[in-house]
Amino acid sequence: MIPFEYVRATDVADAVAAGGAPGAAYLAAGTNLLDLMKGGVSRPTRLVDITRLPGLAAVERRDDGSVRIGALVRNSDLAHDPAFARTYPAVAEALLSGASAQLRNAATAAGNVMQRTRCPYFTDTGSACNKREPGSGCDARGGETRLHAVLGWSEACIATHPSDFCVPLVALDAVVEIAGPAGTRSVPLDAFHRLPGDAPERETVLEPGELVTVLVLPPEAARFSGHSRYLKVRDRTSYAFAVVSAAASLRLDGGRIAEARLALGGVALKPWRAREAEAVLAGRAPDEAAFRAAADAALAGARPSGDNAFKIELARRLVVRAFQRAAAGTPERLPALPGSAFAPASEAAHV
Amino acid sequence: MSVDIVLTVNGTRRTIPIPDPRTTLLDLLREGLHLTGAKKGCDRGQCGACTVLVDGRRINSCLALAVSLDGAEVLTIEGLAEGDHLHPVQEAFIAHDGFQCGFCTPGQIMSAVGLIREAQAGNDPERVREAMSGNLCRCGAYAGITEAVLEAQGAMSQHTIRDSATRQGEAA
Repeated sequence: MIPFEYVRATDVADAVAAGGAPGAAYLAAGTNLLDLMKGGVSRPTRLVDITRLPGLAAVERRDDGSVRIGALVRNSDLAHDPAFARTYPAVAEALLSGASAQLRNAATAAGNVMQRTRCPYFTDTGSACNKREPGSGCDARGGETRLHAVLGWSEACIATHPSDFCVPLVALDAVVEIAGPAGTRSVPLDAFHRLPGDAPERETVLEPGELVTVLVLPPEAARFSGHSRYLKVRDRTSYAFAVVSAAASLRLDGGRIAEARLALGGVALKPWRAREAEAVLAGRAPDEAAFRAAADAALAGARPSGDNAFKIELARRLVVRAFQRAAAGTPERLPALPGSAFAPASEAAHV
Repeated sequence: MSVDIVLTVNGTRRTIPIPDPRTTLLDLLREGLHLTGAKKGCDRGQCGACTVLVDGRRINSCLALAVSLDGAEVLTIEGLAEGDHLHPVQEAFIAHDGFQCGFCTPGQIMSAVGLIREAQAGNDPERVREAMSGNLCRCGAYAGITEAVLEAQGAMSQHTIRDSATRQGEAA
């Protein structure tokens, strides 16, 4: 870790002023940032501590039915907020399927959105990585690519975004509120993370000094509480990043799908909203044929970036299963193993 | 530039100079305060050996900057027992062989104390295992650890019931 200047911000204006300097980075819990700093991947020369900013650690429900998640709300506090978990069960399940209890107790909502890829070539400073060092090349190409992207990747970068939390959020049309030197603005989460293209070093739409302050779920996001699931296939059932994950939500009306939402995780450099699949499901009966058609639509544009063609079929099957579970209804209590595709016998699906 | 922070460590409030902001809570505890119970396993938030409670919540102390925790209360394994009277989680780990080499044990025990405070797992062993997944044990003492957590949780809730009954008796 290289030396840095430590600045403790007292309010958002103070933070933004300090955070706009070249080499500055914002520090909340630091669970991802410190790890990257220890490895020499991130090398900020100034850390602006935002943990004391007032008003950003609360979950606020508005009369219009929207909910505002402060940037500093801890992952575990949000997942265990009973009213939040009841209304947005897939978000709670996604949060609890990620990391460990210790990390969830520290990590913040905005930090989760801002976390960096876990591509091993990004974190290994001995490897070429266009994201870490623009123009240096990509050693992931032709390397160990089992877990890399199958959607939206480019020749310059085949990494994935590791967040679970962002997957149901993007399905529910979450909006990111941003404070910056030029004032505040809002960006849909779907447009917040950038696909790599030829500039994978630009990971989000944030400009220098801009700070995520709030994540907003619009009123419509509450309509799916009865039929929402997050499923996540990983190499071990706990404390592992997704190989592939799916957030599936349904609004049913008279035995038909009035509205469907679908997003995929672990497949692209952003949480991947699958609007084509949602369109396929509108008006159909919630049966396996419909879910298969939706899965085909969601993965229609997928192509392997290496030895990972299996992820495309895996994602299709997971989409079907996530929608089947969502159609069966949100469980009364979150499962013991959140997000597990391998349910206990009582709700076992045919494999 | 050295910064002074105030931490309450195992019940004792103290002002601590932090000469280098790169100091993690783990390094401060081990190198600065000579509390070597929290272990440096991976130093990257992957093994859980450094788990301590900060303001009552279990976290990885290797991934927290000490200077950012100004004002916090920290509980480490050294602050758990009351004199020679072991904490129920410590007793249960001994009773159930919840360790072999012992390196991960302070982190396992602090994580278990945090888990019981969180009160999310109930008496479901699957939920306990899931909630302890941030603590690795290379000796593979997991079966004993799960039993120990469940027993300690039961013992602590009995204490709570007894304590509250005593209080009610006194009130009457």
